[in-house]
Amino acid sequence: MSAADATRPATQGTLQHIAYVLRENPVTLVAFAMFAVLIFAAVFGPSLVPHDPYASDAARALQPPSAAHWFGTDNLGRDVFSRVVVATRLDLAISVAAVALSFVVGSVLGAAAGYWGGWIDAVLGRLMDTIMAFPLFVLAMGIVAALGNTIENIVYATAVINLPFYARLVRAEVNIRRNAGFADAARLAGNSDIRVLALHILPNALPPMMVQVSLNLGWAILNAAGLSFIGLGVRPPTAEWGIMVAEGANFIVSGEWWLALFPGAALMLAVFTFNLMGDGLRDIVDPRRRT
Amino acid sequence: MAGRMKGRVGPVATRLLQALPVIAGVVVVSFLLTRALPGDPAVYFAGAAADAGSIAQIRAELGLDQPLAVQFLYYLGDLLRGDLGNSISTGQPVLADLAQRLPASLELTLTALVISCGIAVPLGVLAATRPGSVVDHLCRVLVTAGVSLPTFFTGVVMIYVFYYLLGIAPSPLGRLDFIYLEPPRVTGFLLIDTVLIGDVETFWAALRQLVMPAVTLALFTMAPIARMTRAAMMQALSSDYIRTARAAGLASRKVLFGYALRNAMLPVVTTLGMVFSFMLGSNVLVEKVFAWPGIGSYAVEALVASDYAAVQGFVLAMALLFVALNLLIDLAYTVIDPRIGFGAR
Repeated sequence: MSAADATRPATQGTLQHIAYVLRENPVTLVAFAMFAVLIFAAVFGPSLVPHDPYASDAARALQPPSAAHWFGTDNLGRDVFSRVVVATRLDLAISVAAVALSFVVGSVLGAAAGYWGGWIDAVLGRLMDTIMAFPLFVLAMGIVAALGNTIENIVYATAVINLPFYARLVRAEVNIRRNAGFADAARLAGNSDIRVLALHILPNALPPMMVQVSLNLGWAILNAAGLSFIGLGVRPPTAEWGIMVAEGANFIVSGEWWLALFPGAALMLAVFTFNLMGDGLRDIVDPRRRT
Repeated sequence: MAGRMKGRVGPVATRLLQALPVIAGVVVVSFLLTRALPGDPAVYFAGAAADAGSIAQIRAELGLDQPLAVQFLYYLGDLLRGDLGNSISTGQPVLADLAQRLPASLELTLTALVISCGIAVPLGVLAATRPGSVVDHLCRVLVTAGVSLPTFFTGVVMIYVFYYLLGIAPSPLGRLDFIYLEPPRVTGFLLIDTVLIGDVETFWAALRQLVMPAVTLALFTMAPIARMTRAAMMQALSSDYIRTARAAGLASRKVLFGYALRNAMLPVVTTLGMVFSFMLGSNVLVEKVFAWPGIGSYAVEALVASDYAAVQGFVLAMALLFVALNLLIDLAYTVIDPRIGFGAR
């Protein structure tokens, strides 16, 4: 039997399973479609929007939504629709960068702790416990305050508060496989510890990590938007959902709802997409864990 | 009864001891955050007109010329004396500021917790007893939507709908409308203080101010509680002891609440730890939206004014509060489930 024959049934099975999950839960399909829209807005948005998101015009300030300005205009006469679309790139960039950072650092630390155990494990465990001992958003506030009020520091702070989830997940996945038959076999075949860990054990942890990434992305966006809502990180003229809601909140008591509603709805939609996708991925990766 | 209580003192003491390393970790992190301040604190305190000599003098006074370990000891000493430094914007000691504002935050958070549990637990139970029904789907939608709603955005929408459009909510500015007199401060909780002096009118005014921010906060935290209740109830209901209880002919109400719910409560109480973490974090956002004079809005004001002593004091206070809440949850375990001892883990 050739290798192609051996893999085909397995691949087919996976595809069939994915198709089955999507049929059973069309919401997941919707989530993937919304994800595509978000990526499209982030990549092509800035070159497609009808107005310059930073061009102010006092003559058309605070206009309600109309055919010319779909989401209305803000207090400086800037087009809210253009600003909401353009903000997608920054919001996604912050959260993707933060999650990628905690994914990589968490994987390395967690893998080392799970594979070698001993003092590495003990030190890492205490460190993660200490991070988790803070209310996470409050810790992020403290980190940004201490490191300085910039967008990069928002990314670092969000990465730090996400770190324990990845480190613990990888540690557990690696730990249960470190003496598995295939790992012993790989070591007997003369592979080094690092190689066994990186190429044989760690790939097994990837599926649950992917679910975690998707759920985390939504949370990271919420977190970054929350930080900029209280005035951290992103500076005023910049188009970003959190800060736009903060600016719009000043006008909500006088009835100009479109300033805060549209960026808030965009933020909500993005988080909702990632959460639904995470649930859907979990169904695909591990049908037993459905709740 | 006395014997049972005595048997629990050991595990409780062990659990209290286990909290010590966590508190030590929190203090170390808080110290490191203080040291990582942007810029040189000595230059900052010396003022604009300082020369190199006076900066060096102030550095020596603040102990900043000492090695890091010695500075840490100074920091510990200050903490033990309750000295968190002075706030630059209010001119008061940070500890006094925090103590003054803490009751407002606690009143908001606890009310939100009661609302949240009051809705989420029954919803989770209903969803678990009728899987696939309308209630179940409602629960699922609410759970997914609930965690996706940014708290600050929900707050803004609620203000628009209930204050601007419908006009049934009071203006979202603080704990009490300025036309009412604040009751004399006993507990700092307005709802309790007004009852103590029998001022019904002010009680209602304070309650009306509290409802919107509390519901905003509750909406965000309902999701994890409802989700966990549903999952735990489903698992409990499919277990052998429930089948046995049903087979023995116990009333379904007794089976549901006496056996299933009590067992399902354990994982729910565990989730509360995570819920508190969310809650204390989003508390900051809700307080900013509703101009609530708690420690969250204090920290936001301090951040804007670069008042770092106040921010670090706030972070430390929140962390200690969180550790205390987690401790309380673990102790609540022993009440719910007498089998649990802490020594084994």
